[in-house]
Amino acid sequence: MASNDVVMGLVVATALSFDFTNGFHDTANAMATSIATKALSPHIAVGLSAVLNLVGAFLSLSVAATIANGLVNTGLVTLTVVFGGLVGAIIWNLTTWYFGIPSSSSHALIGGVIGSMLAAAGEHAVKWQGLVSKVILPAVLSPFIAGLVAAVGTYLVYRISRSMRNRSRDHGFRIGQIGSASLVSLAHGTNDAQKTMGVITLGLIANGTLHAGASAPLWVIVSCGLAIALGTYVGGWRVIRTLGKGLVEIQPPQGMAAESSSAAIILLSTHFGYSLSTTQVATGSILGCGLGKRGAQVRWNTAGRMAVAWLLTLPSAGAMGALSYFIAHEVGGTGGIVLDLILLGALAALIYYRSRATRVTPVNVNSTWTGSVAPSEPARAPARL
Amino acid sequence: MSSWIDFKAVGEIVGVGLLAGAGLPALFAVGMRAMSLPGRHGATVDADSERVLGGSRAGIAIGVLCFACVVAAIGYGIYIIVVAGHGK
Repeated sequence: MASNDVVMGLVVATALSFDFTNGFHDTANAMATSIATKALSPHIAVGLSAVLNLVGAFLSLSVAATIANGLVNTGLVTLTVVFGGLVGAIIWNLTTWYFGIPSSSSHALIGGVIGSMLAAAGEHAVKWQGLVSKVILPAVLSPFIAGLVAAVGTYLVYRISRSMRNRSRDHGFRIGQIGSASLVSLAHGTNDAQKTMGVITLGLIANGTLHAGASAPLWVIVSCGLAIALGTYVGGWRVIRTLGKGLVEIQPPQGMAAESSSAAIILLSTHFGYSLSTTQVATGSILGCGLGKRGAQVRWNTAGRMAVAWLLTLPSAGAMGALSYFIAHEVGGTGGIVLDLILLGALAALIYYRSRATRVTPVNVNSTWTGSVAPSEPARAPARL
Repeated sequence: MSSWIDFKAVGEIVGVGLLAGAGLPALFAVGMRAMSLPGRHGATVDADSERVLGGSRAGIAIGVLCFACVVAAIGYGIYIIVVAGHGK
C-alpha cells in the first residue's frame, strides 16, 4: 500500500509537470496576437494570462469529466498506464516546443494515455466512440469554425471602421485586444487546466482513492490551476513567435477579431464538454483573420508544417506513451517509474540545451520572420554604455 | 451516426460562435466608430494622432452603450458556463 502511495505521488508530480508544459506551450494561443501587435508588452501579457488561466481553472469542470470518464474504460486503468501516458505527452510537448510548433497539448495528453492504455490492455479498453465524437471530430472541425468566425469578424471590423484614421483605429483596437486576449486566457483555463485535472482524477480512481465517476477534488483543481498558471508565466516564447509572426502579419483589428473568435469557440466547447485543442482554435482564428482582410498575406507553408505536426500528435504521443508504459511495466513497480522519470529528465535537459542555440526571449520574440522560429535578432538587448 | 457526431451542438457552436465571436468585435467597432465622430466645432485633428474621441457627444454616448452591451454579453456568457459547469 505504501509503495502504491509513492507511485501515486510520482504520478501526480508528473501530471503537474505536464500541466506546466501545457501552460508554456499554450501561452501563445492567448497572447501571441497581442504581443505581435504590441497591445501588451511581453511580460505583462504572460502575467495577465497566467492569472486568468488560474481563474479559468475554477470556472467549469465539464471537460475534466470527459477526460476522466469518457475516453477509456476506467476499470482497466492502472497508475502505470496514466503515468506512461503523461510521459509520452510531455515528450511530445517538449519536442514541438523546440521546433516552435503550436501543437495541441490536449491531443498529446489524450494520445499518450490511449497509447499507454493500448500497450497495457489492448484495444477493447479504449472507448473509440468517445474518442471520435469528443476528441477527433472537434479537432477536425474546430480550426475551420474558428477560421470562419475570425474571417467574418475581421471583415466586419474593417468594414465598420474603414473611415477612421489608421492610427486612432489601431489604438482603439489595441485596447479592445486587452479584453479579448484576457478572455482567451480565461477560456484556456476552463478547457486545458481541466485536462490534467481529469487525468489526476483518473489516477485517483485507478488507485482506489476515488470511486469511478467521481469528479475532481479541490486540491486537484487548485494544484492544476497553479501549475498551468506558472507554465504560462514562464512563457513559451518560441511558440509565441511562430503564432504571432510566422503565419500572418497581424494588425490590431485582426488581432482582436482572431482573439474574440478563439475565446467564443473555446468557451462554447467547454460548455458542451468537448475537449478541443485551444491551439488549433487559435491557429484557425489567426489564419481566418488573415483571410478576412483584403491584401493580407498568409504564409501557408508555415501553416502546412503545423498541420503535419497536428496529424502526427495523437499517434506520436501514443507511441511514446506506449513505450514509456512498456519500460515502466517491464522493470516493474516504483523502480520502473523512477527509471522512466530519469530518462524523461535527461531528454528534457537535452532539448533545453539544444534550444539555447536559437534562443527566443521577450526581447527578440517579434523580430522579422525569416522562415523559421530561429530569431533574426539576438536574445538580449545590446548593453547600454 | 448521430451518436458519433452531435450536429445540434456543432450548429450551436457555429451559430453562437458567429454571434459572439464575430458580432461582439463588430459591435465594438461600431462603438469606436461612433466615438470617433467629429464634434460640432469640427476641430481639425492631427492625422498622426492616436486619439480616438472625435468630440461628438451623441457619438460618445452611442459608443459607451455599445461597449456596455459587449461587456454585458461577455458577463452573461461566462455566467452561463459557470452555472452549467458545476451543475451536473
